[in-house]
Amino acid sequence: MRKFKEFIIEKLVLICGLASIFFVVLIFLFLLKEGLAVFKTVGPFKFLFGKSWYPISEPAQLGILPLILGSLLVTVGAAIISIPIGVGCAIYIAEIAPLKIKETLKAGIELLAAIPSVVLGFIGMITLVPLVKTVFHLPTGLTALSGSIMLAFMAMPTIVSIAEDALYSVPKTYKEGALALGATHWQTIWRVMLPAASSGILAAVMLGIGRVIGETMAVMMITGNAAVMPNSILAPVRTLTATIAAEMGEAVVGSEHYFALFAIGIVLFVISFAINVTADLFLHKRQ
Amino acid sequence: MAKIITKNLNLWYGAFQALKNVNSSIEANRITAIIGPSGCGKSTLLRVFNRMNDLIEGVRTDGEVLIDDKNIIDSGTDLVVLRKKVGMVFQRPNPFPLSIYENIVFGERIHADGITRDKLDEIVEGSLKDVLLWDELKDRLNTPALRLSLEQKQRLCIARLIAVKPDVLLMDEPCSTLDPQATARVEELMRELKSRYTIIIVTHNMQQAARVSDDTGFMLLGELAEFGKTEQIFTAPQDKRTEDYITGRYG
Repeated sequence: MRKFKEFIIEKLVLICGLASIFFVVLIFLFLLKEGLAVFKTVGPFKFLFGKSWYPISEPAQLGILPLILGSLLVTVGAAIISIPIGVGCAIYIAEIAPLKIKETLKAGIELLAAIPSVVLGFIGMITLVPLVKTVFHLPTGLTALSGSIMLAFMAMPTIVSIAEDALYSVPKTYKEGALALGATHWQTIWRVMLPAASSGILAAVMLGIGRVIGETMAVMMITGNAAVMPNSILAPVRTLTATIAAEMGEAVVGSEHYFALFAIGIVLFVISFAINVTADLFLHKRQ
Repeated sequence: MAKIITKNLNLWYGAFQALKNVNSSIEANRITAIIGPSGCGKSTLLRVFNRMNDLIEGVRTDGEVLIDDKNIIDSGTDLVVLRKKVGMVFQRPNPFPLSIYENIVFGERIHADGITRDKLDEIVEGSLKDVLLWDELKDRLNTPALRLSLEQKQRLCIARLIAVKPDVLLMDEPCSTLDPQATARVEELMRELKSRYTIIIVTHNMQQAARVSDDTGFMLLGELAEFGKTEQIFTAPQDKRTEDYITGRYG
């Protein structure tokens, strides 16, 4: 009887363990099935690099290059803003801050991570968008730049906490060794701590960027949602994610448009997957 | 002439007094060993000389520590200058996760600007020759230092230190992770280096102190119980506590 109980529990746990993989595979297969159908009407090359996204005109033009560039622009912008600040913050917390400030900062970072993205979105809409508009004298503040700034806030908590962890786990003996050679605190951080923590910091950056690419709500609210080829970071753009969210409700099931949105889902899936795998590689290298 | 003199040196970690009234006089170009049971304060004393104890919060020191007649306990002491002059080798070899070459030129890079590649090459060759690693490593200077054996790592750490041109070498149980053969070779290296440096070694290994040092200090519960010529400490100790320790009655 006891053996039977063990057997049942063991198998239950096994099923739980396999369930997550099973669902991922199912989701991916479903995406593939629905998404690949679009290539019956447009070629993959034309789909990825076509410059016009007019899904409901006749005939429909299904080129997602403007959307890819939109995502890229917002993400690169967010990375440029969040990486230096995030890594700097991690260095401050791990190495410089006195204990009390350290605890406060860590709690603050966690709070930042807890803000729902829709809330960040409307705060951005009310404060940041008008500011961008006046500072750059634009007809509208709903631009890629606004999205980048807002998303930088979303990437920061991930970057800070993982990078701080990486710095913290650098062996204390490295630090002692550098200081004992007469290095200043900053020289120790720059020449020894950062190189030693580099793979962890890279992983932190990748995971932060992964979060930005997949983000939908905030970008939809403040980037202007214009599915045209962006010519500057100060122009309205539309990202891959926002396109799916905005159009899925109105796309006719089984239409070209519907399949194209699923294909965008595949593109996003592949990008996120690649980023996560890269981050994972860096993390493993560290261990 | 004495290189390092401590006068009425006291040190507290918070409420715990780790060094009690230590008076000593350490000569240049000799190897001074500090022995004693664990927790007696010997590492703490060593870390006073390059102010490494400053890293620990709640440390308080009073008294005087004169190195070349300058009181380094003084709050105005420039720690960069002090640590350049008084270098340290740690218990566990701690090369940086950089190449062998970059490990050795680390000190030069942080202390001098705009040094030429030739000058750096020269420093690397000279320092590695000093620690007898040049022949083994000259063909793979750009490989990561973390791939070396423990003994090579410890030698590399000594080379990295010598490259900064210190006067004093502090060694905190430098052989505790090495096997007996490697230990013997590192001790040999210490003997070769002593003509140019003042070497202070902390060791829990009494035989090592007897083999390698010229002077020995015996510490117990934060006090420097006895300090004198190694030969005398080991053959005719003046203090009963020293005698009990070296004859293995405790420790």
